[in-house]
Amino acid sequence: MSESAEPAVDATDEEVDPDPDATGEAGAATAAAIPENGAAAVVAALESAGVETAFGVQGGAIMPVYDALYGSSIDHVTMAHEQGAAHAADAYGVVTGTPGVCLATSGPGATNLVTGIADASMDSDAMLALTGQVPSDMVGSDAFQETDTTGVTAPITKHNYFASDSTTVGDVVGEAFALSETGRPGPTLVDLPKDVSFGETDRAPKPPEPPARSKPDPEADPESVDAAARTIARAEKPLCLFGGGVIKGNATDEARAFAREHGIPVVTTMPGIGSFPEDDDLCLSWAGMHGTGYANMAISHTDCLIAVGTRFDDRLTGGVETFAPGADVVHVDIDPAEISKNVQADYPVVGDAGTVLDQIDAALDRSPDAGEWREQCTTWRDQYPMDYAVDPDEPVKPQFVVEAYDAATDDDAIVTTGVGQHQMWAAQYWTYTEPRTFVSSHGLGTMGYGLPGAIGARLAADDDRDVVCFDGDGSFLMTIQELSVAVRENLDVTVVVLNNEYIGMVRQWQDAFFEGRHMASEYDWMPEFDKLAEAFGARGFRVDEYDEVADVVAESLAYDGPSVVDVHVDPRENVYPMVSSGGANGEFALTEDQL
Amino acid sequence: MAGPRPDERPQPTARRNAQGIKVDPDAGAEHRRRTAVISALVEHEPGVLSRVSGLFSRRQFNIESLTVGPTTVEGHARITLVVEETDPGIDQAKKQLLKLTPVIAVGELESDAVRAELVLLKVRGTEPDKVHAITEMYEGRTLDAGPRTITVQITGDERKIDDAVDAFRQFGIIEIARTGQTALERGDSPTTPGEEPGHSAGGSATDEPTDDETTTDESTPNYDD
Repeated sequence: MSESAEPAVDATDEEVDPDPDATGEAGAATAAAIPENGAAAVVAALESAGVETAFGVQGGAIMPVYDALYGSSIDHVTMAHEQGAAHAADAYGVVTGTPGVCLATSGPGATNLVTGIADASMDSDAMLALTGQVPSDMVGSDAFQETDTTGVTAPITKHNYFASDSTTVGDVVGEAFALSETGRPGPTLVDLPKDVSFGETDRAPKPPEPPARSKPDPEADPESVDAAARTIARAEKPLCLFGGGVIKGNATDEARAFAREHGIPVVTTMPGIGSFPEDDDLCLSWAGMHGTGYANMAISHTDCLIAVGTRFDDRLTGGVETFAPGADVVHVDIDPAEISKNVQADYPVVGDAGTVLDQIDAALDRSPDAGEWREQCTTWRDQYPMDYAVDPDEPVKPQFVVEAYDAATDDDAIVTTGVGQHQMWAAQYWTYTEPRTFVSSHGLGTMGYGLPGAIGARLAADDDRDVVCFDGDGSFLMTIQELSVAVRENLDVTVVVLNNEYIGMVRQWQDAFFEGRHMASEYDWMPEFDKLAEAFGARGFRVDEYDEVADVVAESLAYDGPSVVDVHVDPRENVYPMVSSGGANGEFALTEDQL
Repeated sequence: MAGPRPDERPQPTARRNAQGIKVDPDAGAEHRRRTAVISALVEHEPGVLSRVSGLFSRRQFNIESLTVGPTTVEGHARITLVVEETDPGIDQAKKQLLKLTPVIAVGELESDAVRAELVLLKVRGTEPDKVHAITEMYEGRTLDAGPRTITVQITGDERKIDDAVDAFRQFGIIEIARTGQTALERGDSPTTPGEEPGHSAGGSATDEPTDDETTTDESTPNYDD
């Protein structure tokens, strides 16, 4: 929020004077303990929705709401940057299954939230953003710290609201909260002009309720269910594809029961990681660009793909021309607009994931005869194992570090990541068995998600669960300032920086597709993260050799507070398998020369 | 990692097309663009038009025309969109529209639906009699006539408007303003699913100045494609 010298003076004024345009009201508002104003109604609506934690940054136009939070039961966590607030709220929502809440002031506060809102939107994460706005009579005048926030965020929110009335602002906030988690989840935003926050009201907000039209029917039409069931029953090579929707729809029990009952192998998408236990014999882990070879072989050869809660992102499908080309596609989704958007659904089934899986199960008179197919999948698993070479004299392999932390933690430990090579290794070499334990930026691919994500996850999770953030050196540096928050709140998170002094995924692509010209991807000016951690007040560790790994893993996990482990990994290591962009899933490369 | 190389692995022979549709060797039809008239019933609130148009621009749908006006139901408005897209594109446009919270219902109009457009034409006033004759021919109205310019209004379907514009060219068109198409389903069929025609219309609602939007009344019987 850096400003030129002159506006900065305004900023100071702004923060001292609650509202230069409504001094009388403002004085009254701050003097009373809990004034009956719009801002108090906003906070009452949040409390009524069951909000316990909110993330944000103070500022001029949002001050009335913060003032109303003063006496509230809601635990407000001040973040170092609004982007951190949005990511923390997002991750909090992923872990708890209820919308995370973030707050920011108008203008730069709101625009700083934008990346986090877009991230939540791409991953269908429930989240409520509240932004301050300049007083209504100044809206549109390019006033100090003004932005057209509803305009800016319209394409990246499920819906947004411009609050125009103090008496109804509480209802609007409740509706936005409820809408965010109804049906297909997504971020919502309420823009709160300062006069509306300050304006008097004596009305308690209505209980949070989404607009009637936004409540989709959980049950699918029985005819579409029967048609899907008939196709599944006669399939010889059936395959379940579980996406993030299985987790967000709290349908993991039904999904697991369905696949096991009918002996159908399972692949997940990356957001679907944790929907099915990766140590189960039926599980082929996740498919897509850096998914397992066996998952991608199964996708390529299935004759009946039962896709639940996935939007067929291009990182999953590669080129759609070659995606599950011989399969009848049964597509289960709560959002009808996802049906046949990227891949044509031969059997569209619109409804809630768990409800529909139960419906299909009930409609199946027999399980498909898939014994041979299961054997084929096992053969692929043996042919294309996830593997890497360990040489004690060489730099540490990042995969080894991920496996070491996995081995040292329980099944319910939560992993958050930034975006890049480290994210892929964290997804590939950690064995996930529970939903809501892999918290990452999937669709938007936001570098810097990991640390604020870990803060949100930590505050959402019970104290006895471990929270481990795998980050890259480049990704960590993008939101490293949030370490101050982790220290201030004494949050027990372990940040493991897989440091290769490269923006590694870019380097990998430059090696593969740009003849090794490492334009702007060498990061050999990186700080020493262990020392930087100590400067913030966190514990710092450094790892250079294999024989240091075990001790540091144990110590960093045992430390009760934030710790940063700077692991200097093999800078040449790349992520494989790899389906080239737009390529066929089954043609994944196992080494660079296969690309 | 062992495993066969990509070219040694079994690969499926089937294919999909660029829309993700399984390629049927017998049909092999490609999706051609067609013109569709989509009607959306929406909450009449600030920002709804920008949400709708933003949705179309973000997804690179080509809007031929877009009209908006209130309906007989208080707080509702109708947006009529004409788009040129493939079938999957039109389907996606309708579904995405329906996802917008302020959108109540979305329907695609039948080909025999009543469609109309209004155009204002300002032409040189040197030959008023001939301008008048053409205006009569297209059942238009003269809205303004002066020594140098004549402004006329023509309503009707797109083809009639195109023809009229061509006919007026001989006088030298100075300015032109077209509204784009607006449309309603014929007879008792609701224009958007679930819509109840005449619902809460009351006695006076139809007397409101909405007549300007619903010029269909004047021109319906005359022109059909």
